[in-house]
Amino acid sequence: MAPALKVFGPARSTNVARVLVCLEEVGAEYELVDIDFAAREQKSPDHLKRNPFGQIPAFQDGDLLLFESRAIGKYILRKYKTSDADLLREGDLAEAAMVDVWTEVEAHQYNPALSPVVYECVIYPAIHGTPTNQRVVDESLEKLRKGLEVHEARLWESASLAGDFASFADLNHFPYTFYFMATPHAPLFDEYPHVKAWWERLMARPAIKKLAARMALLN
Amino acid sequence: MAPMKVYGWLVSPWMAKVLLCLEEAGVDYQVVPLSLSDGDHRRPEHLARNPFGQIPVLEDGDLTLYQSHAIARYILGKHKPELLGLGEGGGVEESAMVDMWLEVEPHQYEAAMKPIVWHCIVHQHVGLDRDQAVVDECVRKLKRVLEVYEARLSSAAGSGSPGPSRYIAGGGRVSLADLSHLPLMHYFAATEYAGVLDAYPRVRAWWEALRARPSVKKVMAAMPTDFGFGSGSSP
Repeated sequence: MAPALKVFGPARSTNVARVLVCLEEVGAEYELVDIDFAAREQKSPDHLKRNPFGQIPAFQDGDLLLFESRAIGKYILRKYKTSDADLLREGDLAEAAMVDVWTEVEAHQYNPALSPVVYECVIYPAIHGTPTNQRVVDESLEKLRKGLEVHEARLWESASLAGDFASFADLNHFPYTFYFMATPHAPLFDEYPHVKAWWERLMARPAIKKLAARMALLN
Repeated sequence: MAPMKVYGWLVSPWMAKVLLCLEEAGVDYQVVPLSLSDGDHRRPEHLARNPFGQIPVLEDGDLTLYQSHAIARYILGKHKPELLGLGEGGGVEESAMVDMWLEVEPHQYEAAMKPIVWHCIVHQHVGLDRDQAVVDECVRKLKRVLEVYEARLSSAAGSGSPGPSRYIAGGGRVSLADLSHLPLMHYFAATEYAGVLDAYPRVRAWWEALRARPSVKKVMAAMPTDFGFGSGSSP
């Protein structure tokens, strides 16, 4: 019998990976359904029913259809939470609040600084064959340095971003950072030893190792 | 119990999101006004609260929080979980719908609407040019986004519920997902592009109904639509 949980989107996509990390962490069975970007399948009527903005990922659990990778991730971690996999910490208001703070930081501070480097160095050259826009990369790296200083200071205080426990906030940093580490700018993280150590701990998690291996194959 | 403290300036849409939550939750709070033009947000005492040097910041006893959606979730999780699709009558599915539209708001709606507001209202007062090409592109994007919202608000509220949805997360009741859209809409409705809403009657009705809420009236009353620049009371 096919799994009830379906994720729609290409396996190599960062935001699809964001959802897959959560599924792997809770050990849920799921089916990954490819969306063919070359054929503009993301804009097809069938896909627009799942995601009216015509983007990926989309997600299905029985009758429930969701989009927006962070909302999907939260749903999975909430519904399929186990005693071993409590990555939202909703039993404790203060802990849950710190998970939310650092999840928002990833979305609104970290990602806007880091993802342009990934797009310019990895994604656009692969899809469009365009040369890297060095000005965009340089401006982004400067913003990223400032953000990494904050992460470094935080990770002096605790092993993970929300506290001394791994959480959704840490997981959210994985997909784009993974591809950043495939750019020539990866050594930047060496300048922030607590961030580097935190990243290595993240990469050692079984769920992340499994996904990283799959994503590396696709490159 | 000491009231919660919120640091920031009242004209900020992100500050307003937090104040709306506090008002809806009916809890005591104290606003600590900061000055943007004096650079209060870059001073060491504020960087100690928020290392990114931004507002709003919430202090609740020993807990200091930043990022408006994280603060909003904390306040409502503690005092009014129904507004998150949790608590009484809520659950994983309803909260997922609230979370989904809470993501759509910054990534689609704000991304299109904020530059229009900033270029049309703010820039002239802070020595920046209005870039009409940016405004035109954002208006185009906003129309596509509002089409999705119009369709959403036109469809059934949820299983067993007849008629269109009054609320964006569809649970038949108001949520943070609705409230988070209001502050920026308040400013957008004061730009020359307000008429864009005419083509989206359900979106307009949704906005009109929400702005009639007592919490919304109270918070918006402190937000002059010129950000205070006209009266010399800008932050």
